[in-house]
Amino acid sequence: MELSQFIQDFASCFEDTDASEFTATTTFKDLDEWDSLTTLAIIGMCNKKYATKVTGAEIRESATIQDVYNLLTTKQ
Amino acid sequence: MYNPFSLQGKTVLVTGASSGIGRAVAVECAKMGANVVITGRNTERLNETFLALAAGEHLQIVADITTESGINSLVENLPKLDGCVNNAGIAQPLLVQQIEKQDINEVFDINTFAPIVLTQKLLSNKKLNKKASLVFTSSISGVYCSAIGGSLYSASKAAINGFIKGAALDLAGREIRVNSVNPGLIATNIFSEGTVTAEQLDEEIKRYPLRRFGKPEEVAYAVIYLLSAASEWVTGTNLKIDGGFTLL
Repeated sequence: MELSQFIQDFASCFEDTDASEFTATTTFKDLDEWDSLTTLAIIGMCNKKYATKVTGAEIRESATIQDVYNLLTTKQ
Repeated sequence: MYNPFSLQGKTVLVTGASSGIGRAVAVECAKMGANVVITGRNTERLNETFLALAAGEHLQIVADITTESGINSLVENLPKLDGCVNNAGIAQPLLVQQIEKQDINEVFDINTFAPIVLTQKLLSNKKLNKKASLVFTSSISGVYCSAIGGSLYSASKAAINGFIKGAALDLAGREIRVNSVNPGLIATNIFSEGTVTAEQLDEEIKRYPLRRFGKPEEVAYAVIYLLSAASEWVTGTNLKIDGGFTLL
């Protein structure tokens, strides 16, 4: 699992935010577009692309994209 | 004692009986005097339900009714039935843009196709007594409303409600009745498996005029009504059980 690919996949869960705004240290909950819908999109993406189930609570406890990536690596 | 809702002497098949609403239906039907045949995929949890049943001539049959062989072996081992309650179901929130064919198959296999195929096989194998009652656990979702990420689940349940109407017509000549219960959010494991957070559930509760989620046995009581002689003139109907949710 590549961090750079994961960042791209993470960015694909957002409709309006430009992909260039996403890096490992992006605190994604500060993005204007962040809401419960994007949470659901990220849960779906992790399940489909990485065959890993994450919960809404785990996403909300994560601050950066790196945190979500780390979460996934510990679960895989 | 006078009780038009009694299930004394009736034999009732309950699918999805290893947990949630299915388990509550099995337990409450047995309390009302029914002989219950329970089925589910998980041997251990199905047995837990079996041990919770009040005295009666009950049976448990482990089967995966999403497979042809599973459904066939279930039907072969069934006694004649006065009722069948279809509960087996899954709810996996997924946004429309992420839906793949495989997801549609997975949800429809268990929520829609299995209960329809089971109904057909009960009929063709002559497992239903005259005046039998078929009950489907549908949902408010898809029939009265939906939720974010709920499009597939809604579609699978709406399809069931369409099926019920046609089946009620096809089977009316034999006095076999076909109805659904349509619950709002019921406190079962289907929603406590992690996709929804505790905070989201707290927020959701505020949308219920009766200020709480339903209990599995509250769905079971409606099922009992539809299985009993009390509802002999009721067919093709949806019984909404939602704490007033869809009024708002």
